[in-house]
Amino acid sequence: MEPRPRSFYVLATFFTLFLLFLYGPTLTIAILSFQGPSGGLTFPMKGVSLHWFHDLFQQQAVGDIWGSFRRSFVLGLMVMITTVIVSVLGGLAFRKRFAGSGIIFYLIITSLVIPSILVSLGVGLIWSQSGLPVHWSTSGFGAQLTWTLPFGLLIMFAVFNRFDKSYEEAARDLGASPWQTVRFVVLPIIAPSLIGVALFGFTLSYDEFARTLLTSGSYNTLPLEIFGMTTNVTSPVIFALGTLTTLFSFGVIGLFLLIFWRIDRRRKAQGSDAGNGLA
Amino acid sequence: MASPLALILTAFLVAPIIMIVIVSFWGATEFSIYPAFQFDNYAFLFGSDVTYRVFFNTFKYAAITWAFTLVIGFTVAYFLAFHVRSLKWQIALFLLCTIPFWTSNIIRMISWIPFLGRNGLANATLVSWGVIDEPLDWLLFSDFSVILAFVHLYTLFMVVPIFNTMMRIDKSLIEAAVDAGATGWQTLRYVVIPLTKPGIMIGTIFVVTLVMGDFITVRFMSGSQSANVGRMIQNDIGLLQYPSAAATAVILLATVLIVIGILLRFVDIRKEL
Repeated sequence: MEPRPRSFYVLATFFTLFLLFLYGPTLTIAILSFQGPSGGLTFPMKGVSLHWFHDLFQQQAVGDIWGSFRRSFVLGLMVMITTVIVSVLGGLAFRKRFAGSGIIFYLIITSLVIPSILVSLGVGLIWSQSGLPVHWSTSGFGAQLTWTLPFGLLIMFAVFNRFDKSYEEAARDLGASPWQTVRFVVLPIIAPSLIGVALFGFTLSYDEFARTLLTSGSYNTLPLEIFGMTTNVTSPVIFALGTLTTLFSFGVIGLFLLIFWRIDRRRKAQGSDAGNGLA
Repeated sequence: MASPLALILTAFLVAPIIMIVIVSFWGATEFSIYPAFQFDNYAFLFGSDVTYRVFFNTFKYAAITWAFTLVIGFTVAYFLAFHVRSLKWQIALFLLCTIPFWTSNIIRMISWIPFLGRNGLANATLVSWGVIDEPLDWLLFSDFSVILAFVHLYTLFMVVPIFNTMMRIDKSLIEAAVDAGATGWQTLRYVVIPLTKPGIMIGTIFVVTLVMGDFITVRFMSGSQSANVGRMIQNDIGLLQYPSAAATAVILLATVLIVIGILLRFVDIRKEL
């Protein structure tokens, strides 16, 4: 290997500082969530304990953390499944130009860049003016989809732009019906990217605050609950909650990576038989 | 096959925007809103000093945050794309950058408090080093902390598209530049930056729109002492002044779309996917 130029070391230092900047604050609250019972929101640590985690599992004076966690989790799954299905269908549709494809494309971009609070306000207004009660599983669900779908679709666009169409032609030549081609050729090939879409769908929904603000009704989702706590709670219990939700996010990423890895491995095991032919 | 997509976008994107435009002409009492067709909301908005100050503040936050995220994002992406040699390490380091993105924004904002507060780590360290005698008050609940949080939250939106375009640059172009006698800076200036422009534009669109529409970071990190347009809308909503909130929202939307329209002139977004 040729020696590294000096710029490498400068840039590597910069990159390390950037990582410190990204992780530092979160690590700080992770440490502070182990404050002793008499400790406060900042250093110094007054002892080390699990007091604030314990506190979190007690009946809370304000709010309903576990109820809101459950709602966020269910909503995240709903959004995830819908995002995957609609993104795949949309991605398949966009492989050909169809009537209105230009309009829909620009709507997707608009959906991505429109300030969240406008979606929240608009959906909230429609619901209240038509006399429907806003609820996280209806208005909140729809409002979140305007945020997760663009990401899902952009991933699908990128995937299909690099998709080798000769696989489908081969399937057709062998007499596969269009449905069989999708089911047995296209879907298995794009499966790893679908895990990415699912991960985006779930976590974007799970964290979404602004679009759920006016559309979730009287039952809070977790981000709304945490937001409420920031104005009421002045003890490290909120750091404990922060640490737990961060760990939960890591768990979710880990799970998706595991699924990704399993699919990848199975694919390699079944493998391609190219080159193993008649020789 | 695109119909579920079209349906969802119509119901939850187009219809809400139309609703906001309609309601922006309505009237409001202290407790309720009523259908009308009047320009009062807009007249009030354009007649008020506050509006212009708040819009100015919004652009200020967007511009400063954009400059920081661009420089940091470009440098980080450049390091990953051109200095890290194996694909495995590139992916690993890239994932390392994206992990914090999956934690709640609000949690990431709260986590600055023990850092920047009057008795926080930053002040304690600076005092103990003798750099300052008294804790700095402007570290938290100031424009400084707002922009710091923006950079912290949104730099990734710059790193991802820039990294993505850089990875697609044919490395032989760089070799050709070096062979032709270009210095490192010249290669960067005349080869890498022009080829990375689409990624920069997409990142810019993300960062600018996220910052312009944000209201929670501003509220949180400024300690409610500064405002941007998003905050103004949220205030009106809090006071149940929906028509006035809607009018502000229409102007914000128009502003954002104009900015995007200008940025899209520099990049064919369909080609970049």
